[in-house]
Amino acid sequence: MDRLLDAIAAIGRGTLGAARMCGRITLFALDGVSQIVRPPFYPRMVGRALAEIGYFSLPVVALTAIFTGMVLALQSATGLARFSAESQIASLVVLSVTRELGPVLAGLMVAGRAGAAMAAELGTMRVTDQIDALTTLSTNPMKYLVAPRLLAGAIALPLLVVVADILGVLGGYIIATLKLGFNGHVYLNNTLDFLETQDVVSGLVKAAVFGFLVALMGCYNGYNSKGGAQGVGSATTAAVVSASILILAFDYVLTEIFFIR
Amino acid sequence: MSAPANGTVPKLRIRGLKKAFGPKQVLDGIDLDIPAGTSLVVIGGSGSGKSVLIKCVLGLIEPDEGIIELDGKNLLAMDREARERAVATMGMLFQNGALFDSLPVWENVAFGLLARHRVRRAEARQRADAVLAQVGLAPSVGDLWPSELSGGMQKRVGLARAIAASPDLLFFDEPTTGLDPIMGAVIDGLIVDVVRRLGSTAIAITHDMASASRIADSVAMLHKGQIIWQGGPEALMSSGNAIVDQFTHGRREGPITMELRR
Ligand SMILES: Nc1ncnc2c1ncn2[C@@H]1O[C@H](COP(=O)(O)OP(=O)(O)O)[C@@H](O)[C@H]1O
Ligand SMILES: [Mg+2]
Repeated sequence: MDRLLDAIAAIGRGTLGAARMCGRITLFALDGVSQIVRPPFYPRMVGRALAEIGYFSLPVVALTAIFTGMVLALQSATGLARFSAESQIASLVVLSVTRELGPVLAGLMVAGRAGAAMAAELGTMRVTDQIDALTTLSTNPMKYLVAPRLLAGAIALPLLVVVADILGVLGGYIIATLKLGFNGHVYLNNTLDFLETQDVVSGLVKAAVFGFLVALMGCYNGYNSKGGAQGVGSATTAAVVSASILILAFDYVLTEIFFIR
Repeated sequence: MSAPANGTVPKLRIRGLKKAFGPKQVLDGIDLDIPAGTSLVVIGGSGSGKSVLIKCVLGLIEPDEGIIELDGKNLLAMDREARERAVATMGMLFQNGALFDSLPVWENVAFGLLARHRVRRAEARQRADAVLAQVGLAPSVGDLWPSELSGGMQKRVGLARAIAASPDLLFFDEPTTGLDPIMGAVIDGLIVDVVRRLGSTAIAITHDMASASRIADSVAMLHKGQIIWQGGPEALMSSGNAIVDQFTHGRREGPITMELRR
């Protein structure tokens, strides 16, 4: 009986803790977003964050997208052959990439790269008192450090996903023409025939949300890290893990919203 | 709690300041008066809450209870904007410098000017060079990165950043810790100089008795969350207070028992 009560109590404590954490993250996000729209602005910091999240993630995202497109073409060739529907490969690849895999995989890659880097940088600034120093120099750290990163995350990831969409289709094209014997012209026509604006747009909206989430988790965990090098290390891990989970959870929610339409 | 006998309002007046972290009562009713234009040195063991005390004044830590008056106005009762304006008149040299390692030295020094007064970058650079000169650094140092500096130079840059906007109230958190004795004396000398030149009020934290006697007009000892002794620097080594005596003479036996467990 006691054991049971202990277990229930533990579950309750865990639930309360999680709820409190969600509340704290939400308040943090609201504060950060409200700082984006109120002056002073820090265009330099936005530019730096855009370069870090977008530009420097390009190679990783590009490679991921190409290989994903290639593997999709190959796998769907096997699957669709069973229904004699090989001609659908092109549309399967482009729909999977634009609606789903482009934003999700780019999001996960950027979480591992830029999200981790943000958490490490802000975490180091926290434990070396640099964030406190900002406050003593009349600078709101939420505005100077967090807001530019949130904004840059929401802008940079859709741009990356545009690139990922194109390279994903290219990957499929390479396999289809070189390995599966498709005519390149026919493959591209098939690709565009079944593609609707909404497929691309829904993917880009997802990307904006994922980019914001990656930046939010990077900033939140870094900003609130404590306890020296070890604290910064666990903040970095927490940033990547929580951003990855949130990306997959929000992916479902957003898909549901777009699906109903 | 009336104004002091001579009728002037102290620059900083702290009453009943309390702060706990979890079960740990770090500050347990601090009372302090710092007359304008004087330098107070706070001494006390590691972890006794010296940094927490000044972070409360700077608004970096929210105390649980008490009054902190700057020029007679309670900081803790102010709205956010008024508080920010009050903090803008303060400067702080952090314990480990806390220089922004993503910015070159000159931008560190000019950071407050760029943030507060919206000066142009070329002008900010000139001002930064002038402030660097005040702490004995050449303008070429301005182009270096903080990670390229020695400990003593980092302290100087931190000092330059703290004084760049000519603050009325200056805080120094262990300015000489980690420096060799000569560099320590040099930094102390710079601190005394800049405080005198600006006519500021200063609060310095230190473990270093030589440093305390060089900087202080008055010394206060923090122990178990309270100010247990205050007096002139000349009285420090012969205070007659058993706790202060043990601390200043660095004796192992005495009323202070180091907590080896948390
Ligand atoms: N933000 C914080 N959260 C929890 N505990 C803290 C925090 N800041 C300081 N403390 C605790 O308060 C005590 C006093 O710290 P501090 O003022 O830094 O000591 P010192 O006198 O050496 O400067 C320490 O035990 C420290 O662990
Ligand atoms: Mg300290």
